[in-house]
Amino acid sequence: MNATILVDASGLSCPQPVLLTRQALRAHPGAAIAVLVDTGTSRDNVARLAEREGYQVVVEERPEGGYRLVLRP
Amino acid sequence: MSRLSRLFISRWGPLITGVVVGILAPVLATLGNPGNMGICVACFTRDIAGALGLHRAAPVQYIRPEIIGFVLGALIAALLFREFRPRTGSAPLVRFFLGMFSIIGALVFLGCPWRAYLRLAAGDWNAIPGILGLVVGIVIGVLFLKQGYSLGRTRPAPAAVGWIMPVLMLGLLALLLAAPLFGRSAEGEPIGPIFFSTSGPGSQAAPIAIALAAGLLIGFLAQRSRFCTVGAVRDLILTRDPHLFNGIVALVIAGFLTSLALGLFQPGFEGQPVAHTNGLWNFGGMVLAGLAFTLAGGCPGRQVFMSGEGDADAGVFVLGMLVGAGVAHTFNLASSPAGPSIYGPAGVVVGLIFCVLVGLTMREPAST
Repeated sequence: MNATILVDASGLSCPQPVLLTRQALRAHPGAAIAVLVDTGTSRDNVARLAEREGYQVVVEERPEGGYRLVLRP
Repeated sequence: MSRLSRLFISRWGPLITGVVVGILAPVLATLGNPGNMGICVACFTRDIAGALGLHRAAPVQYIRPEIIGFVLGALIAALLFREFRPRTGSAPLVRFFLGMFSIIGALVFLGCPWRAYLRLAAGDWNAIPGILGLVVGIVIGVLFLKQGYSLGRTRPAPAAVGWIMPVLMLGLLALLLAAPLFGRSAEGEPIGPIFFSTSGPGSQAAPIAIALAAGLLIGFLAQRSRFCTVGAVRDLILTRDPHLFNGIVALVIAGFLTSLALGLFQPGFEGQPVAHTNGLWNFGGMVLAGLAFTLAGGCPGRQVFMSGEGDADAGVFVLGMLVGAGVAHTFNLASSPAGPSIYGPAGVVVGLIFCVLVGLTMREPAST
């Protein structure tokens, strides 16, 4: 993975994972961004935001629980 | 299974859930639940508080099977789809008080956001100032979120933590079915709790099996679709995302058509079931509720569902609502169909002060 920007949104309530992700997308336009979340809800919400912003989303389950999303422009 | 899972995560999820709620709520009212109260998370939590003796308002005491079904339906969905994640640690005490004040606000209006939309669908125009208040409360919450408001992170917890709320619901179901009398009068006669209303809204109830089944179905669907009546408005404002809001539109349309078909649609302000006509405090109560729900991350239904999928902090919020319902009635804060109570407005002001202080002071450093 060459994602250099990491957003750790694990354990945060709605809508903070989406807000942190949007903040990172705006701060680093064109960059690949990895987002850590702990629930299916946050995974789906972040993925929906990224897709609406035109990013491709790959979701990986983390062995320790939760998900790692990689967002690529 | 995975196709079903994808369906509910897609934009159809909230739509289907909204339609099911919009149909089932008026049907439950026809089968015995109070008017325009086929489903109301705040009112039903208040009834449970009364049944347990946490308040002694005789007309509103009943263990509502719908709430039990909500938690257990969400639990079943979470277990089936591997989303049961026991977790806790995100400012539970703050969430307890947010739960308390949210229900105080909701009981000044006489309904949670779910019931506000259902009342609108059935022609109770008093819901309009309530919904406007809800939106204002959510907007204030969004302003705090934009400033970096956060209650901090949950951490994974042992499985037992996630099972407490579902087991509590099984306990409530046992109390509903067995209806024991724990109290004793001055003469030594057995009296409640458990209390069951013999008149008023608490005495009006759909058959237990049907109410429980409806609750299980809605709990299941809502866990899958992440249905949230506050997140709906919040996401529309914050990120222009209509995903959850479509569910509310579906709920109102389905509720309207079902109410019309069942002869329950009754447009107007006066004489609406379990409602009052004081626009100012219909508005004010819901400003408080909307703000408290937004600060806690979701509507009361959503908190109940999350408590079924292992979120112990959501469970603490729900218990805050239960205690808050007790406070609302013992301290004479809750409205009645006659109008707001004398202390209700003061309760709303205290709640707003609490919520604004929470909104201003709770922060977590950005982690990017």
